[in-house]
Amino acid sequence: MRRAVLHALALALALALSPAAPVMAVQPDEVLEDAGLESRARALSQKLRCPVCAGENIDESNAPISRDLRIYVRERLVAGDSDTEVLDNVADRFGEYVLFEPRAEGINWLLWLSAPLMGMIAMIVAWRFLVGRAQARPEEDARLSEAERRRLDEIMRGN
Amino acid sequence: MIAEFGHLALILAFMLSLFQMTVPMVGAAKGWHGWMDSARPAALAQLMLMLISFGALTVAFVTSDFSVKLVHDNSHTSKPLIYKISGVWGNHEGSLLLWVLILALFGAAAAVFGNNLPPTLRARVLAVQASVTAAFYGFIIFTSNPFWRMGNPPFDGRDLNPLLQDPGLAFHPPFLYLGYVGLSMAFSFAVAALIEGRVDAAWARWVRPWTLAAWVFLTIGIALGSWWAYYELGWGGFWFWDPVENASFMPWLLAAALLHSAIVVEKREALKSWTILLAIMAFGFSLIGTFIVRSGLITSVHSFANDPERGIVILAILVFFVGGALTLYAVRAPVMTAKGVFAPVSREGALVLNNVLLAVSAFVVFVGTMWPLIAEMVWGRILSVGPPFFNQAFTPFMVVLALVLPLGSIMPWKRGSLGRSLRPLRGALVLTAAVMALVFAVSTGRSALAVIGAGLGAWLVFGAIAELVHRTGNSGLSRLTRLPRADWGKAVSHAGLGITFIAIALITAWQVEDIRVAQIDEPYPLGPYEIVLRSVDRVDGPNYISAMGTLEVTRDGRPVATLTPEKRVYTVQNMPTTEASIDYGFFRDVYLVLGDQQPDGGWAVRGYIRPFANWIWGGSILMALGGLISLTDRRYRVAAGAARDARARGAVPAE
Repeated sequence: MRRAVLHALALALALALSPAAPVMAVQPDEVLEDAGLESRARALSQKLRCPVCAGENIDESNAPISRDLRIYVRERLVAGDSDTEVLDNVADRFGEYVLFEPRAEGINWLLWLSAPLMGMIAMIVAWRFLVGRAQARPEEDARLSEAERRRLDEIMRGN
Repeated sequence: MIAEFGHLALILAFMLSLFQMTVPMVGAAKGWHGWMDSARPAALAQLMLMLISFGALTVAFVTSDFSVKLVHDNSHTSKPLIYKISGVWGNHEGSLLLWVLILALFGAAAAVFGNNLPPTLRARVLAVQASVTAAFYGFIIFTSNPFWRMGNPPFDGRDLNPLLQDPGLAFHPPFLYLGYVGLSMAFSFAVAALIEGRVDAAWARWVRPWTLAAWVFLTIGIALGSWWAYYELGWGGFWFWDPVENASFMPWLLAAALLHSAIVVEKREALKSWTILLAIMAFGFSLIGTFIVRSGLITSVHSFANDPERGIVILAILVFFVGGALTLYAVRAPVMTAKGVFAPVSREGALVLNNVLLAVSAFVVFVGTMWPLIAEMVWGRILSVGPPFFNQAFTPFMVVLALVLPLGSIMPWKRGSLGRSLRPLRGALVLTAAVMALVFAVSTGRSALAVIGAGLGAWLVFGAIAELVHRTGNSGLSRLTRLPRADWGKAVSHAGLGITFIAIALITAWQVEDIRVAQIDEPYPLGPYEIVLRSVDRVDGPNYISAMGTLEVTRDGRPVATLTPEKRVYTVQNMPTTEASIDYGFFRDVYLVLGDQQPDGGWAVRGYIRPFANWIWGGSILMALGGLISLTDRRYRVAAGAARDARARGAVPAE
């Protein structure tokens, strides 16, 4: 009985789902036996961007191409490729767009160095400001301006 | 007819904003009180008109008036009522209408609560606010009119994107917008002060509550969005460094910096021109965020309501306001001289460091977000910048921030010493070490991330408590209740940040994941739990068909929860979604996702144990709560109360 219900349900779902054909992120049949390789594969697929989706990595994506890429990554790992080789291989096929971690080469150095550079510049500016403040003299003329005096009078009169 | 009412109200509000941006400004320059005072009723009337306009669109959605094109494109008769209402802002035009409604709301709030402002400053603030609002009214009316009718109204609509049919959408954008737009107040105050040519402690005291309120709303909005992503997107991530998330995170970081620098202006009359610059940048980043979201220029998972053509208009608004404000700043900033004198090792110094860290980290996020665009435009390289970059480039700033925060916040003004400030924190250091040892013992053999992250978070929490105890001095804990609320707000916010740090470290390091084919009635282990799939049934929702799995979770034979993850298909747009099912717990969430049926009859099931997941949002809520407590501090209440008392007393002179 239950089997029949399930069967009908599966059919209904298959019909309903057919146009978009969703596949879930990592599928059970993709998972490698070797836990070490599998965890490397997971780490790598989190660094690879799904070429057709909006900003998802292939580990999370439901797109069929992401499934193909996940399987490809695992095949390369089983064949003995290093992590960098796998990433380079995928990037050769799909362009560096698929690398979520931009390569530290060429103009990308500017990106990678921007954080420490901005940090250093800001620290230098801040330090010079602080030294300046430490050496400054307290402002001598702290008297009220005419407008301030009027405002003070207003406040003292209570309105 | 009702839609036309809304349309008319919108146009009238636009006219009124043009009046409000010019007349009070001229009045302030000439010293004409009548002209200056006209800003107040104008701001209030704008809010009334916008409420009518927004209300009209809401009525169109609720009554499914498909002759309005926007309703037809984004709604459907079978959609539940709450999503008909939240659908009003689940699209480009409606979300902009919400945006200007909130701009008008803040303008009116400034008019009502601005009694104690000098009349010229108040007139100028309201005029600048009206000019920002006018730009957005124009943008809506001329490019994104939500009230367009259709010649031949169809019988039914195209429905809302199913991912947006969630209570998350009802609350996430309004809070985010309250935050984004709230920063427009800081901007208006900054520009008005530049026009006035003076920035003093009083100015900082007026501008700080607005910034604080905006930051509180942004915090809640971002936390809601992150929680929504966690349970809705189906893989339980909580932060993706997606351009649209970054768009809300950058103003949040800058608003946090602004909150802290305004304290220095208020207490010590230093950092004035920097604070002005921050106020301009914080709102500038809000506009950049709107531009990123609305233009769809940068690919994002959030791209559900964008249009490149309209993006250009937002860019123009951005360039006009930020460019104009910065020009004004360049002319006027040299006039603002610092008064306070202090040593580098002091509270002022620590707050400068805070500003360096927060502002630079905001710019790191900015560079990373814009880099793909820059690389493509300048060098023709199509590349991506994703989480691996942000995690490496951004995190170090947060680590330094957490390390120095408890020290800096306990340090005295003017001149302090590291050794003396460390003394009240000795207890906090010991407890932090204990937490780190505990985490290390529990997670032997795993990454150092858990130990370091939890240590930093614990240091923040215990540091905040130690500071409260320290503030009571020798008079005992009974004085805790009499501490200024600003002190409490500060401690609660800082502890909230610590809790979020702990949660992020532990969920990242300790999460357990399991992907498998589950057979009906065959139990399998997930961490310390045992899971069994009992059945998968067809369930018909109001506007979707669902396959709902029923899974029992037990631990040591005792039942823990029955979870029902679903795979839904929304029939109108024929779009599949996954609905994760989560057993929320104090120390861990059990998170199950149902996948496809396999050829052998089993079902793909993904299961996760996510330790301390709720602490991420709990910490965020504490941060926001701290901001709220600080908002009720006496120094703001006294200012408001004084104005009220003055009015109550009327003509009777003070003694």
